[in-house]
Amino acid sequence: MDMTPSNLMPKLTARGVNVFYDDAHALKQVDLDIRAHEVTALIGPSGCGKSTFLRCLNRMNDLIEICRVDGDIRLDGEDIYDPAVDLVYLRARIGMVFQKPNPFPKSIYDNVAYGPKIHGLARSRADMDEIVVSSLERAGLWDEVKDRLEAPATGLSGGQQQRLCIARAIAVRPEVILMDEPCSALDPIATARIEALIDELKQNFTIVIVTHSMQQAARVSQRTAFFHLGNLVEVGDTDTVFTRPVDPRTESYISGRIG
Amino acid sequence: MTDPRQSPTETILASLPRRRRAEARFRIYGIAAIGVALAFLVLLIGAIGSKGIGAFSQAEIALDVTLDESVLDPSGTRDPETLSTANYRAVVRAALGEIFPEAVSKRRDRRKLMALVSAGAGFELRELVLEDPGAIGQTMRVWVPADDEVDMLLKGAIARESGRFNDKQLAWLDRLEEEGRIRSAFNWRFFSSGDSREPELAGILGAISGSFFALLTCLVLSFPLGVMTAIYLEEFAPRNRWTDLIEININNLAAVPSIVFGLLGLAIFLGFMGLTRSAPLVGGMVLALMTLPTVIIATRASLRAVPPSIREAAIGLGASRMQAMLHHTLPLAMPGIMTGTIIGMAQALGESAPLIMIGMVAFIVDVPQGLLDPASALPVQIYIWADSPERAFAEKTAAAIIVLLAFLVVMNLTAVILRRRFERRW
Repeated sequence: MDMTPSNLMPKLTARGVNVFYDDAHALKQVDLDIRAHEVTALIGPSGCGKSTFLRCLNRMNDLIEICRVDGDIRLDGEDIYDPAVDLVYLRARIGMVFQKPNPFPKSIYDNVAYGPKIHGLARSRADMDEIVVSSLERAGLWDEVKDRLEAPATGLSGGQQQRLCIARAIAVRPEVILMDEPCSALDPIATARIEALIDELKQNFTIVIVTHSMQQAARVSQRTAFFHLGNLVEVGDTDTVFTRPVDPRTESYISGRIG
Repeated sequence: MTDPRQSPTETILASLPRRRRAEARFRIYGIAAIGVALAFLVLLIGAIGSKGIGAFSQAEIALDVTLDESVLDPSGTRDPETLSTANYRAVVRAALGEIFPEAVSKRRDRRKLMALVSAGAGFELRELVLEDPGAIGQTMRVWVPADDEVDMLLKGAIARESGRFNDKQLAWLDRLEEEGRIRSAFNWRFFSSGDSREPELAGILGAISGSFFALLTCLVLSFPLGVMTAIYLEEFAPRNRWTDLIEININNLAAVPSIVFGLLGLAIFLGFMGLTRSAPLVGGMVLALMTLPTVIIATRASLRAVPPSIREAAIGLGASRMQAMLHHTLPLAMPGIMTGTIIGMAQALGESAPLIMIGMVAFIVDVPQGLLDPASALPVQIYIWADSPERAFAEKTAAAIIVLLAFLVVMNLTAVILRRRFERRW
């Protein structure tokens, strides 16, 4: 075991990450550390590579055949692109919430229970019930769905569906949760609920969130990374990035001149 | 050209009537096309229906048969062997002679008289006796099928003046009718017996059974093979020149004429592998070759129609590709896969050319009981009957077509219902 205290050593480290889609160079030499128990926001204009970077962290890009990832990404010091790494184990440790709420067309209960079921995390039906209930509680959805756990998840509202997807992700008890613009399909009230939820979740999880909204980044994150045209332009404490950006491109983006 | 001084609104307004006319015109074309198609359909169904409806009824003649023990069982042992080989035609002849004593004296008249009832009348009596040997010695009224030409005459398909019947025969028939000894009954034989040289005895059960066994083989082979192929190609296969080649070939396979598959089956299954000729097993294997591309293409299309977000959600939770496929994508694609498979099966049901090549075109009287019994199939039966010279086989042909169409409609309906029933929204 590494004896470095976890709050000093970054949870995730990326060094010299390059991503190519066929010949297009989507991400260029990105170096970024993600600290444990913090919310790191990735911001930038459309097509800047922030979602691509996020999807490198749990190797979702492997699903895209034309995508090639170079560089070094480590989770707790272990290279996640090592051929010996088991993707199932990696993705159990690094959960993901997608842009569009994507519940399975099954019951609410089955949605949350799916992850624990395939990983064998529950030894009995009672165990599973407890995991489902606590996950829904932590996602702030329990009160709304406790009477209809067997109802189809697709019948929930968009905001509820997204919280269900968060409950589904945390039911596996990952160490890191990646969120790819989780609020872009939601109204302001649902957005506010999810933001509050993210703030609570950071006590137990490390969170990386891609967002289009600079206000959201400012509200929920401790650190912010600004991407532009495939480059990581600037990264720092959220307050610093938003009030005293070093790079002129960051300044023009947060003041609304590019993007 | 439009006047540049005109405002855009005016230009748009001016163009509206033209657009509306174009739309109305298009609608009329559409309705006309559907109308023509429907007219042809009605014509087709009407023609087949009016020709085939006659085959569902059959003229029968009532005979007062005396089941004479001295003829059927001279030794009195009631041995089934003796009973089944006894001369029942003699009994029929005697019963006819009772009604028309004047016709018995001349040999020529006797033959003409016997020609009025079906050659199968004797078999009918045999069935009766074998079922209940106690009937021997009794006299009873039995309805036996009339000869097919008589049936045709009574249905009006053959004119009295056609020369097929002489005046005596016509007079006998008139008398039978006067005495109430002729009736038209529902033709159960058509659904309960195999093929026959005698149209009035021919049925389609043999063909239905052959088709059933062939389709069963086809389904058992093509469904799992096709679905697994599609899953592999869609989910696991790398995109390279080889998989491209396979994909092109699968698509081409769907367009290969069915007779070519028949030749392939003849060369490989019969010639090389030495399997049984005329067997539904081989027929089903050939049909499976034909159906495979349909199943593969339908399955791939349905798998692709499942939103990728569902698969991503599963994989993001740590499901393996296999789990994401089996737990989520495949169940959601299942209605589409089933629809595609049923449509493929319906195609296979209507296929005759490949079956003819592997010998399922033989004249087979027995209803096949298994995969290796010689059999024909519904469309082949239609082909055989359509080729037969007897007038009565024309209506049998049409009736068999009605049955085949009914099966096809049922299968397609099942496909629609399955899709409706299991379709899920996401």
